[in-house]
Amino acid sequence: MMPRWLVPLVLLAIAAALPFGVSTYYVQFIGKAFIMGMLAMALNLAVGHGGMVSICHAAFFGLAGYVLALMSPGYDPASLVLTLPVAAAASGFVALVIGALALRTRGAYFIMVTLAFGEMMFFLFHDTDIAGGSDGTYVNAKPEIAIAGHRLLDLASPLAFYYVVLALLIATIVLLTVLLRSPFGHALAAARDNERRARSLGFPVYRIRLTAFAISGAIAGVAGYFATAQFGFVAPEMLGWHLSATVLVMVLIGGLRSVTGPLVGALVLIGLEEVLKASTDYWKLAEGLIVILIVLSMPNGVRQLWPLIFGATGDAATRPARVPAEANHV
Amino acid sequence: MDLVTFGVQLLNAVQYGMVLFLVASGLTLVFGILGVINLAHGAFYMLGAYLAYWIATYTGSFALAMAGGVAIAFVVGLLLETVFIRRLYGRDHLAQVLLSFGLILSIDEAREILFGKDVHSVAPPAWLAGSFQLTDNLSYPVYRLAICAFCLVVAALIFLVVTRTRIGMIVRAGAENREMTRVLGIRFDVVNRYVFAVGIALAALGGIVVAPVSTVFPGMGDGMLILSFVVVVLGGIGSVAGAAIGALLIGLTDTFGKVFFPSVSSVLIYVLMAAVLLWRPNGILGRREV
Repeated sequence: MMPRWLVPLVLLAIAAALPFGVSTYYVQFIGKAFIMGMLAMALNLAVGHGGMVSICHAAFFGLAGYVLALMSPGYDPASLVLTLPVAAAASGFVALVIGALALRTRGAYFIMVTLAFGEMMFFLFHDTDIAGGSDGTYVNAKPEIAIAGHRLLDLASPLAFYYVVLALLIATIVLLTVLLRSPFGHALAAARDNERRARSLGFPVYRIRLTAFAISGAIAGVAGYFATAQFGFVAPEMLGWHLSATVLVMVLIGGLRSVTGPLVGALVLIGLEEVLKASTDYWKLAEGLIVILIVLSMPNGVRQLWPLIFGATGDAATRPARVPAEANHV
Repeated sequence: MDLVTFGVQLLNAVQYGMVLFLVASGLTLVFGILGVINLAHGAFYMLGAYLAYWIATYTGSFALAMAGGVAIAFVVGLLLETVFIRRLYGRDHLAQVLLSFGLILSIDEAREILFGKDVHSVAPPAWLAGSFQLTDNLSYPVYRLAICAFCLVVAALIFLVVTRTRIGMIVRAGAENREMTRVLGIRFDVVNRYVFAVGIALAALGGIVVAPVSTVFPGMGDGMLILSFVVVVLGGIGSVAGAAIGALLIGLTDTFGKVFFPSVSSVLIYVLMAAVLLWRPNGILGRREV
């Protein structure tokens, strides 16, 4: 049995060596899975660590893609150093605004409000002709880092793209780990586990949650930026709530309390989708039933979530989830 | 805008709001009694419209389509409650969200297998097919007025049942204090099953009623789901009267938004929602407690 600290290093070595062992298709496929993993980890900062079940993270994801598309100069590559921070900041800012409103509510209300605001972003790009309306728009050249016309990094190369995504994935893991081990992370967990107690200890619960929500949105934006760069295309569907819910499934599969769990969940779900798509025309039916099965067959794993959402109040597991008045006073 | 055009738009707004109320009242009932947040609610709206198309095509009768669609949805609701939804009581909202998302994927695919993914239209019943001539170049379809009247009747029925009958008393008591109601000997396993089936049937009924005035298409449930959520957030969870207020507000905002501010109309209802959240986070008729 190898020592615990060795596991991530071995996994990293495998990930780094991967492009030399598999075809370009799979390099891109794994890259895509990593991007979704980044999105799932970002979402889990809100859901698992912050106790905020959000169904609008696809909106932050897609918005960053639109920022890249709008900032790309025609057929020339955009500057990565310029566009990535702007895209992440835009997503973070929208998350801040949506979070500021949604966090006035709790429980089921929060879910509905995030869902609705996420769809607002969808309709914003779907119904207006900001960037191609419902057809979406192309990003013709992949972003690059260039100094004085000299290319330092060109994402058009699949290999370079893969390593950049891998580096960002690691950066996300490190950032989230550091964040969650900091006093801020402990305060966030405290607010999740018992909001009333955290409040009476003097923690600014609303502000802590909002900060976490905005950071989570910004990281989702980084993921969306690279997803758009990889596909070379962005469409309103990228902001739609079906994607948000799918990422939520990834989070559930991977586990809510860890940083890297959702990454595993993303790899599992994307791998599963690939297998299902190859084996049946009705893969969505199969996926839907599998999702239902996962939810129903992991009652204990999922029940741990209860205190995450409502704070620990007595024998919460036996209490039905419904009346908002109850959900609100804990 | 002259008076006639205004009147026509007002009728449209009310008609839209009424249908929205039908669907959202089902959602709010299910949430209020079962404590289950059902994302698949919109899928049943879509399913209702496809069932109406299917039955109307084979039998040629809209009345049959309506009765058959509602009956099928009701039975499907009973089955789903028994097989899946029952296992969600007392589970966290995340589990409910994801299970109902799984249901959406399955229902969407089942629809594609059964009915395909084509866009359809349904003819209104012949005796409601005409339209009123308002001015020389302005007319109003009779069927839209019929929708208003029909929804009013259904809404009145819902209110009567909820406020005047023993069943409604149980429903209200359950929404207010479930433990106490159970202690008084109410069997919630039975109540839940029928409330869920009624909720689903209301969603399907909404889809059936609008089938003749809008097109029947695969994604129609998604838009309705979001709107129903906004209605519930506006009105307050579990409150049928709140749902009525929320639905009318959205009908008015959306219809007149399209007339006066066409470029931003799709965002207006969310602005309305944001305003209500700032003013009363628990909805207009929700209990004030945060």
